Amino acid sequence: MSQTKKELLVDPLVDNNPITLQVLGICSALAVTSSLQVAFVMALAVTFVTAFASMFISILRNQIPGSIRIIVQMVIIASLVILVDQILKAYAFQISKTLSVFVGLIITNCIVMGRAEAFAMKNPPMASFIDGVGNGLGYGLILLLVGFIRELFGSGSLFGVTILQTVNNGGWYVPNGLLLLPPSAFFVIGLLIWAFRTWKPKQVEEREYKIQQVEAH
Amino acid sequence: MSDTQSPEPKGAIARFLAASPDSVGKTIFVAVAICLVASMIVSAAAVSLRPVQEANKLKDKQVNVLQVAGVYESGINVTEAFAAFEPHVLDLATGEFVDDQFDPATFDDQAAASDPDLSVALDSDPAGIGRKAKYRVIYLLRDDSGALDKVILPLHGYGLWSTLYGFIALESNGNDIFGLQFYQHGETPGLGAEVDNPRWKELWNGKKLRDDAGELQITVSKTQPAAGPDFYVDALAGATLTSVGVDNLVKFWMGDAGYGPFLTKLQAGDL
Repeated sequence: MSQTKKELLVDPLVDNNPITLQVLGICSALAVTSSLQVAFVMALAVTFVTAFASMFISILRNQIPGSIRIIVQMVIIASLVILVDQILKAYAFQISKTLSVFVGLIITNCIVMGRAEAFAMKNPPMASFIDGVGNGLGYGLILLLVGFIRELFGSGSLFGVTILQTVNNGGWYVPNGLLLLPPSAFFVIGLLIWAFRTWKPKQVEEREYKIQQVEAH
Repeated sequence: MSDTQSPEPKGAIARFLAASPDSVGKTIFVAVAICLVASMIVSAAAVSLRPVQEANKLKDKQVNVLQVAGVYESGINVTEAFAAFEPHVLDLATGEFVDDQFDPATFDDQAAASDPDLSVALDSDPAGIGRKAKYRVIYLLRDDSGALDKVILPLHGYGLWSTLYGFIALESNGNDIFGLQFYQHGETPGLGAEVDNPRWKELWNGKKLRDDAGELQITVSKTQPAAGPDFYVDALAGATLTSVGVDNLVKFWMGDAGYGPFLTKLQAGDL
């Protein structure tokens, strides 16, 4: 194995972040980041699903026929997602009401599938589990950063606790309504990617084309 | 890969595991086995957690009834406080209670709305709900002397993105609004979702449904209508369509197609 367990856990946080470097899992990052509490629960749910899906797929990796491997992965992932959804509905009812369909949509989160196919199919269970946790946390880190900005400037609160008293509630802060709408997450994530790549220039992708210098005739 | 394979696997299972995963037999076996195991886990979870989930749903609804009636405080015993409310199944068309036909404790009016026997399709449908249940569960709250204090009526209708489900609490005269509250909706956070803002909900307190002539006058709009301030709730800023939705659904449910017959009876004191 080329990577140590610590690298497996820490790399996806910044150096190989699923959102900012691989640009995966964007849909849900747009949808669930308007408040921190929801983003936090979503991050936990995705981490749980990615970790255990990778682990189970890795345990079965030598038995999974190549021709139906994607379907087998999907079945495992979907079962785990339904499990998470049911548990949330039973023990975190209010939050599951806000997350609504997005828990179910973890199934379609490219990060889960990506780790299963790219890592868990080729690596032992423990490493796959840690890789799953790492990627879930990398996703969660970005979710929380985006959620922090959107909730603070969009609703003037953090985790539901008022920080900037908004005009609607008799305060002074005029909240930025755009930040509560999903498209604003595009701007925030875009700025984050810019910031990450300025900090770590290694992440900057090479251009796919080169502007040709045409010789003068 | 670190797995070692013994040259001659012993026993049927070991031979099976060592066989190439790409053979037809094994492909079918793995597909069936995975589906069986996954479905067992999923159904076990669904079945074993259902009682807790239903208790949550029930409690959520009860909390909302308590909130709209203004008796909710955080930390109170919900089941105990809710026991003070009298549930009744109401026949919308006649305004009569039909508790002998349906058990108010278990009747599910949201499910009834999609049951052809228990609902009617709407021709005129300002609230955007498609079908209307013929019966709804309402709650009466009596004061200590047993006199009627408040009436809690469920209502719902379409806003901008979603159907809003809520309760309206009326005073015992059937015309004065005590409060309006939605317990389920998917409106835009910060804009339409401000229907949950306590400051906006407070606006409803003390408004009247009908004027002295018996005309339904209650309005949610940006400007005060001719009927006067008693019938007017200021629309939400930046949420025109949600406000229009709330306006429509309140008018629909308080009108003749909704609780009209019941409210008439209530005002006449026939209860």
